[in-house]
Amino acid sequence: MQWEVVIGLEIHTQLATQSKIFSGSATTFGSEPNTQASLIDLGMPGVLPVLNQEAVRMACMFGLAVDAEIGKHNVFARKNYFYPDLPKGYQISQMELPIVGKGHLDIALEDGTIKRVGITRAHLEEDAGKSLHEDFSGSTGIDLNRAGTPLLEIVSEPDMRSAKEAVAYVKAIHALVRYLGICDGNMAEGSLRCDCNVSIRPRGQTEFGTRCEIKNVNSFRFIERAINTEIQRQIDLIEDGGRVIQETRLYDPNKDETRSMRSKEEANDYRYFPDPDLLPVVIEDAFLDATRASLPELPPQKVERFQSQYGLSAYDANVLASSREQADYFEQVVSIGGDAKLAANWVMVELGSLLNKLGVEIDQAPVTAGQLGGMLLRITDNTISGKIAKVVFEAMAGGEGDADTIIESRGLKQVTDTGAIEKVLDEVLAANADQVEQYRAADEAKRGKMFGFFVGQAMKASKGKANPQQVNQLLKAKLEG
Amino acid sequence: MHQLTLAEIARGLADKSFSSEELTRALLARIQQLDPQLNSFISVTEELALGQARAADARRAAGETGALLGAPIAHKDLFCTQGVRTSCGSRMLDNFEAPYDATVVARLAEAGMVTLGKTNMDEFAMGSANESSHYGPVKNPWNLEHVPGGSSGGSAAAVAARLLPAATGTDTGGSIRQPAALTNLTGLKPTYGRVSRWGMIAYASSLDQGGPMARTAEDCALLLQAMAGFDAKDSTSIDEPVADYSADLNASLQGLRIGLPKEYFGAGLDPRIAELVQASVKELEKLGAVVKEISLPNMQHAIPAYYVIAPAEASSNLSRFDGVRFGHRCDNPKDLTDLYKRSRGEGFGTEVQRRIMVGTYALSAGYYDAYYLQAQKIRRLIKNDFMAAFNDVDLILGPTTPNPAWKLGAKNSDPVAAYLEDVYTITANLAGLPGLSMPAGFVEGLPVGVQLLAPYFQEGRLLNVAHRYQQVTDWHTRAPNGF
Repeated sequence: MQWEVVIGLEIHTQLATQSKIFSGSATTFGSEPNTQASLIDLGMPGVLPVLNQEAVRMACMFGLAVDAEIGKHNVFARKNYFYPDLPKGYQISQMELPIVGKGHLDIALEDGTIKRVGITRAHLEEDAGKSLHEDFSGSTGIDLNRAGTPLLEIVSEPDMRSAKEAVAYVKAIHALVRYLGICDGNMAEGSLRCDCNVSIRPRGQTEFGTRCEIKNVNSFRFIERAINTEIQRQIDLIEDGGRVIQETRLYDPNKDETRSMRSKEEANDYRYFPDPDLLPVVIEDAFLDATRASLPELPPQKVERFQSQYGLSAYDANVLASSREQADYFEQVVSIGGDAKLAANWVMVELGSLLNKLGVEIDQAPVTAGQLGGMLLRITDNTISGKIAKVVFEAMAGGEGDADTIIESRGLKQVTDTGAIEKVLDEVLAANADQVEQYRAADEAKRGKMFGFFVGQAMKASKGKANPQQVNQLLKAKLEG
Repeated sequence: MHQLTLAEIARGLADKSFSSEELTRALLARIQQLDPQLNSFISVTEELALGQARAADARRAAGETGALLGAPIAHKDLFCTQGVRTSCGSRMLDNFEAPYDATVVARLAEAGMVTLGKTNMDEFAMGSANESSHYGPVKNPWNLEHVPGGSSGGSAAAVAARLLPAATGTDTGGSIRQPAALTNLTGLKPTYGRVSRWGMIAYASSLDQGGPMARTAEDCALLLQAMAGFDAKDSTSIDEPVADYSADLNASLQGLRIGLPKEYFGAGLDPRIAELVQASVKELEKLGAVVKEISLPNMQHAIPAYYVIAPAEASSNLSRFDGVRFGHRCDNPKDLTDLYKRSRGEGFGTEVQRRIMVGTYALSAGYYDAYYLQAQKIRRLIKNDFMAAFNDVDLILGPTTPNPAWKLGAKNSDPVAAYLEDVYTITANLAGLPGLSMPAGFVEGLPVGVQLLAPYFQEGRLLNVAHRYQQVTDWHTRAPNGF
């Protein structure tokens, strides 16, 4: 049986407001427990919520960025359930009338294609506190610092068809909220968390299979692994004659498995109803216009501009624009190095693998955009070859300074003197007389391959410094002349 | 001194006939002496009161004036008062000292009022007889075998018994007006949003409204002046200028159009009350008012709608009482579920539990549309009825309650019979309109109230009409025997 995977995601992003969504408490992460919890956050008798307008503005920024309908009359509702870290016994959220309606986001897949993912809605709500199970033997501690932190829950359509697509989507959302400056995107601190709805169906079937929801996955890597593990579990289950039951599951990264948390039957009846303590939020056109005017250049526009301005492929443009920091880095490299395609390659390939190896983000790259741009300038003016550039790059990463310094100190300047190159070639040909004989006797097809051998020997003999174009040209003349 | 109204106290303090401290001491002594018969106070805040009284005297000595400076007040025990137990009449909050002041409490304190204590009430303001309090029932000073009404029954009994001149109340379905009627007081429920709900422990958020209870309309005007106004801490508070309520008390009633809804005079109304209401109408006609019959056709749906909406909101509002952070916690919980079940089971009384269950049911999946949404539609229809009526009349008048105060325990076995006592008051809460109850006579020695309803923010009109009426009648001046 061929299975098709269907994935929809709910992403909770903590909005980067200074204060909480319904109280004046600060939202700083990592403070001493319960030092950022006011009467309102504690759910004291008699307290009332007052909406933080900044959270509304940020939600609108997101809505505009994903081309969504903005709920100009949106309503807060109470989601009722009991839990110790939920002080009021209900979470203020939005149900029927969210602030952001239908929208979409285009994501770049690894095969270079662009996929449009539907966004069902995004709504504002308050975060809960945290239960602390360690340090309290036999009981549980409650930290309400996080309670009331504004969240924007972004719900996608079930449009993803693989774990990789799901990750690409989460990365795109991650990039977008950071572009907008509405969320710091720090997944380790829980600023961006993901619930994954996963189901499978026989390929060709139109109705969806029964889904399971994997709660609270908090890294790109775990999202991919959790989804793949869950897909395999569902396939195994069905192929063994079982059936998937709708339930909420948790992913355990240590065991690489998902475990049942609660079934649909055990699910809470949240008894949503409009919160009578809060008036419906009315979004004025003027407010929306001002918000729209304040939007930075967003990934789609940037992708388009990178293609038209720099002649990049759609895929390259998408990869480079996937984070604001990377896009800025790239543009800085281009502004110095000049050659945009060359810059794109270096940023994506060499810099990318260096960052990967070091496990750091681009804002901590050991090679600055200025250094990289300066090095590219030396490639384009033929001071060094692309191959030597890799050596220079490595040296820059190692802290040896700018490209020019390294080229100078290591004597890596490219040899372009025809006489010097010819001398090297003559030595190579003399040392490989047999191969020269064979080359001259061979037909056109075989010669191609053999020619490469001589180039390799010549470059080796020149320690990589000979200008490759000149080597090609001169070598051809000598062999065939 | 205990016979003085707030207005009279203001004059006495101004001309230095007595100090706030003297007055406070006299009333505290009176409370100590008489309240055991009534049980109208949950907490008497003697030290706080004397401190505030001395401070008020000092402010006055320093040249400050103000009608309420140094005048006594008591707060229904659901207004949070910093450092003072705020119990909501419930075992659940028997150990709860509020860490902050409600806006109403803060504003009255700022005006210089002296808090004598916290008054008894139906548990979480759920009741019409003040019998559901964890601290025991309150007695009606007009007849100690009768209830004072509820849920602001403690405030009503205390003011009626001249333990103090005025108290705060809250009104979700009639909880200011009904006990005012049953104890011969003037009580005002302001327009929803006129008085801040910050620090007022919620029963049903979309219906709750704090207001004054006193013996005269004039006193209610003084109190409302200090209580009313926009509060940024309450999102449902309305940013409208506050009128000068005392200034218009004597305005002429010439040509005032009063509507009598025929639905308020139908079956269920004690005919003796109907007669007294008609007599009050005659008095108002003598003052120049013009009376006509009107109709509020959807009134019959008000009680069912109320008993869906109010419990629904209450079921959610009362979720925070879970034994985790404050309030009652059961002994030795064996797990989280046990903690919730026993803390809430032990902390809440029967009526509160009943309404939580009704409300939870009404909001449940599959019932929400049938109950909650329907009730909200009825609410809109009722509001529309009023809007239509106010096209033709300036004011609506009718009985406050269908019956005078009943005997303690008489309706305990039948909650619906008690719910029906709110039939005339509930509509104002559903529509958010201001309403006032004023004394209009007696039936078998028990007080009867007349209710006035006005368009939004016309509290001044209600106080004006009640005041003019009280200038030509003396019902409101009568005191119960022994008090």
